[in-house]
This record gives sequence, structure tokens and C-alpha cells, in this order.
Amino acid sequence: MSLYFTKDHEWIRVDGDVATVGISNHAQEALGDIVFAEVPDAGKSLSKGDDAAVVESVKAASDVYAPVGGEVVEGNAAVGDDPSLINRDPEGEGWFFKLKLSDPSELDGLMDEAAYREWVATL
Amino acid sequence: MTAVNPSGWRPSSPATSGSEMQPTVTGNRALMLEEPLLFEIGSRDQTGVDIEQREGGNRLGGLERSGIDLPGLSEPEAVRHYTRLSRQNYAIDLGLFPLGSCTMKHNPRLNEKMARLPGFADIHPLQPQETVQGALEVINRLAFWLIDLTGMHGVAMSPKAGAHGELCGLLCIRAALEARGDARQVVLVPESAHGTNPATAAFCGYRVENIPATKEGRVDLEALKTRLGPDVAAVMITNPNTCGLFEPQMKEISDAVHAAGGFVYCDGANFNAIVGKVRPGDLGVDAMHINLHKTFSTPHGGGGPGSGPVVLSEALSPYGPLPFAAKYPDGSFKMVEEEHAGEEHPDAFGRMVAFHGQMGMFTRALTYILSHGADGLKQVAEDSVLNANYLLRSLDDVLDAPFGFSGPCMHEAIFSDKGFADGFSTLDVAKALIDEGFHPMTMYFPLVVHGAMLVEPTETESKANLDQFIAALRSIAEKAKASDPSLKAAPVYAPRRRLDETLAARKPILAYKTPAPDGVSAAPLAGGG
Repeated sequence: MSLYFTKDHEWIRVDGDVATVGISNHAQEALGDIVFAEVPDAGKSLSKGDDAAVVESVKAASDVYAPVGGEVVEGNAAVGDDPSLINRDPEGEGWFFKLKLSDPSELDGLMDEAAYREWVATL
Repeated sequence: MTAVNPSGWRPSSPATSGSEMQPTVTGNRALMLEEPLLFEIGSRDQTGVDIEQREGGNRLGGLERSGIDLPGLSEPEAVRHYTRLSRQNYAIDLGLFPLGSCTMKHNPRLNEKMARLPGFADIHPLQPQETVQGALEVINRLAFWLIDLTGMHGVAMSPKAGAHGELCGLLCIRAALEARGDARQVVLVPESAHGTNPATAAFCGYRVENIPATKEGRVDLEALKTRLGPDVAAVMITNPNTCGLFEPQMKEISDAVHAAGGFVYCDGANFNAIVGKVRPGDLGVDAMHINLHKTFSTPHGGGGPGSGPVVLSEALSPYGPLPFAAKYPDGSFKMVEEEHAGEEHPDAFGRMVAFHGQMGMFTRALTYILSHGADGLKQVAEDSVLNANYLLRSLDDVLDAPFGFSGPCMHEAIFSDKGFADGFSTLDVAKALIDEGFHPMTMYFPLVVHGAMLVEPTETESKANLDQFIAALRSIAEKAKASDPSLKAAPVYAPRRRLDETLAARKPILAYKTPAPDGVSAAPLAGGG
């Protein structure tokens, strides 16, 4: 299993050919209290960079992009029911969706955890 | 200030002992009245109006009216309820309303006087047109003023507010592209644009792509040029932009977009800063909405409906929506509708509204324009920019001004939360401004600025008002930097303390529930705090 991050503050945890996607701790801190989340339905096909999910806080609404392409296997219904889960456990239980990778080489340009944390510290 | 009352004398009360605040029986505090919900004032078993039953049944064709579950209130009860609530609210007629990007300027009373003339106020959209020639002339004359002020070719008067105008503009662009058989899919929106722009483009079925902002808070021209291509239908630019800055490369941007076969939409929400100074038509803009309820002083917020006419370039004018008020050589006016658009305006994409737009706002806006004149409107722009720069430079030693180095701002000053003590935020500053008797500024927008505070004083504020606001904001900012815990308690003088906005958004209670009897835990009521 390996963990990747994007400059848009999404994380991607890859297990075999399935990637789980969520937003980073830094992203949830910047957004503040999250009050609404909409995740994609299973079966939806996403290309890298597509709008995949929506997250809304008391301060702002934001799109979550598909950091890699693939077919959605599962959207996390739990964050739709209780968006505060994203604030409490952004990089664990607060995941948004899982997708089946269509092209694993799309992971190549992404940051690893150490590189991401180092980059966030400079923001 | 001191010239009128040099000694500073004020009537005073004799000193009393025990003057600390005591609770009152009613919960009222003199003129600050505590107000229950309508459901708590009236009972659903009573009625405020006593209508006699008609002989031989009711007037509802045999339908029986059963309980509608609304409280029965008398007229004074209903009137007092809403009047009391209005006293707990803030309004432009009460004080400075520095809500950035909203241009909350004074609404002149002359506008109201004109809008209330019976020939404007008491007419109906279905009246014969011969009987409303004056009203049609108002629409037509305002249309020509808007065309003149923007240097454009045509105008669609009917859109009802800014975002509605954006929709109208993009529909014109789509109609123009379809007319040449060009199915472009993408609309580019810079980060410094208004939040409604990407929403409008998505609503029209376009794919939205962002163009980054430069460090200076302007459109990254090189990134824009690189992205332009045969799939780009339009670029939507807000100018002056949401970072409070003018986009000096606007003409170059327009030329590049046109060379690539696309159209330029300009969000005119910030037109107040440039009215009479810059004509967007000269900058290559193809469509721009004008918020009459901002730049041209018609009321908005709770005070009245918006109105968002869209000015159009020569290329887009043929596709503008119906109807419009046209003037004929014999001096008469006519609404051009579908029935006779065949000869006069055959390529209209359709219509935006059932009738012709916001007549009351047209009357007010034309009154404003005529009472200012061309030179007065120019001074409006200059004074609004002067006021914003005075505010920016009076506070940039205590608040971080992220684009302060980019030169003068337009009619909005923007600050960030950089330098606040740990745990202190823009929200705390906004709440403390309520205690100081001001409506807070726009906060957390634009998104490119961390903890953004977007302050738009408008030209209608005096220097004395600005100085008072600056002193209040300065004191609050100093507290935020010094971890002053009193800031976290704000507001303390408002009718309600700090509300739980997160809970309100996560679990909104949108309908009244009767509290359960017998002390069983009742449904929580909205508000409180």
C-alpha cells in the first residue's frame, strides 16, 4: 500500500489497483467546519482532473478533483451523512471515494507523504 | 465635527447607584426588544380576522377549510413582530455597510420619489402599450445610457440580477457560436473572478477550467494564452477583479481570446470603480452585466430586487433576448416581442423573463444617472477608489494587505489574517465589528487570500465615518494580534451572542415544531445563543 498527495490537497492511498481518495488534514483545516459533502456514485467513470466530489464548509465550497482516472467503486456514504467525519479523521475514516485505476502510471507525478508535508509547511 | 458643538456638551442623567444591568421581567432592554416567534405569539386556535360565514355555505365551492396550522394573529401583532425584528437588523440607512463586492452605497431618496410616481408605480405589464409610453421611454433611455457608459453596441435589459445577467451573456455567446456551427465546450475562469462565474458556465453546460492568478493578484496572461484554443468558447473575467485590482492587460487578454475564436465575458459587479472612467467596450469585452443594484444605487439585500442588464458587443447583439423597448421614427415606443421580432430581431436566443425586467429599478437607476450626469458618475468612481485607498493605507500597518505592493486598489481594500495570534481568525474580527456597530466586511472571499477581509466603503461615506470605522478595525486587529480573549466573546452587545453556524448548517431546523407537552424534551428552536 502506498500513499500519494496532490498540490490540490487530495490524498490517494493505493492498494492493488484500487485507489482511495480523500482530502488532507491541511485542506480540512483550511476549510474549517465542513457542513456538506457529496461523493460520486459507484460506476461513475472519471478522468484525471475531473470534478469528482463537492465539499462545503461554513467558509467556502470546493470541488474535489479526481487525482487519477478510473471507475468509482464506492462513494463514502458516511461522509455524506456526517460531514464532520472529514474534520475529525480526514486522512482515514473521512475518505471520499474509491476508484479502480485505469492507468497506474498517472500516479507517477504525485508527491509522497514526506514531500507533501514539506511543501505544505512552505504555504 | 467639533465646529457645531465646540464644548462637546451632551445632556446627562444624574449619577445613580446600582446602575449595573438588572434583568427585566419581559426580557426587553428599553428599545432593545426581545421578540418571540410568530408561533409563540399567536395560538393556532384563534384568528385575527373575523369573517362571517356566508349564508348557504362558504365561497370555496364546497371545499371545507380545515386547520392550516398557522398562528392566528391580529394586524397589530403581525406588524409589531416584523417591525421589532427589523430593529434588530442592520441596514444601509443605519450606517457603513462595508460588504466587499456588493457596493452597498446610499440609495438616494430622489430615486424613491420618482419610482413612486403613479405613472411608474401603478401600471401593469399587460396594459396596452399606448398607455405606458413614458415607462417604455424610461427603459429605452436607460438602455442608451448603459450603452454609452460602457461603449458597447446593444443591451439586454430584462435579466433580474448579476448571475441572471451572466446566464444571459453566456446564452448569447452560445447562440453566436452555434450560428457559426462551432461547438466549443470550455469556459476559462481566472481565480480572481467572482464565484458565480464558474457556476454560470457549468449551468450552461460548459466545462470550467481555472486560470491561476499572479502573485500581484491579477490574471496570469501567459497561462491564459497557453490554454486558449479551438475548444474555448469564452473567458469570464471580473474587472476590476475580486482582489480589488484593475486588470491592466484586459485589452491584450481580449485580443488573444478573439484571435483564438472565443468571446470575452466581463463580470461588471465592480463597475462602480470605473464608471465614467473606462469603457469596457474599448477593452474588447463582448458581454458584461451591470448590477443596477450596485453601481446605480438601486436597493438590494433586503431592500429590493436586483437588476442585471447585460451590455453586448456588435458580434453578440443580434442574439440578445426578447423583449426590448424600441423607439420608432414617429417618437413612439414599443416592446419588441416574438410576434414582430421576425423583421426586427430574428436571431434572439429566446427570453429571460415573462415580462420586461425590473421596472422599478430602471426608474431608480435612470434617476440616479440623470441626477449625477456624466461628470457626477465619473466622480462617483474617483471617490469610491479614493475612499478604498484611504482605508487600505490607514490600516496596512496593522493588517496584512496581500496586494498592497501591487499599487493602488480600486474600490475595495483587501486584507488577510496573516499576523493574527494562534487561534484568532477573520471570523473573530467580523464578530467584533458587530459590537462596534458596523456590518462586517465580506470574509473568506476571494479564496486566493487566506482569511480574506474584503472591505468596500463606497463613495457615499464621509471621511469622519471612514475614520471611525478605521479606528474600530484597528483596535480589533490589535486585539487579534495580542490574543485578547475578549475578541472570542464577541459579539456581546448584539441581540444574540455568537451563534453555532456549523450546527445551523449541518442540522438546519426549517419548520416550527410544537414543543412536546409535559416537560418532555422539546424540539430545539432556531436561534438562541
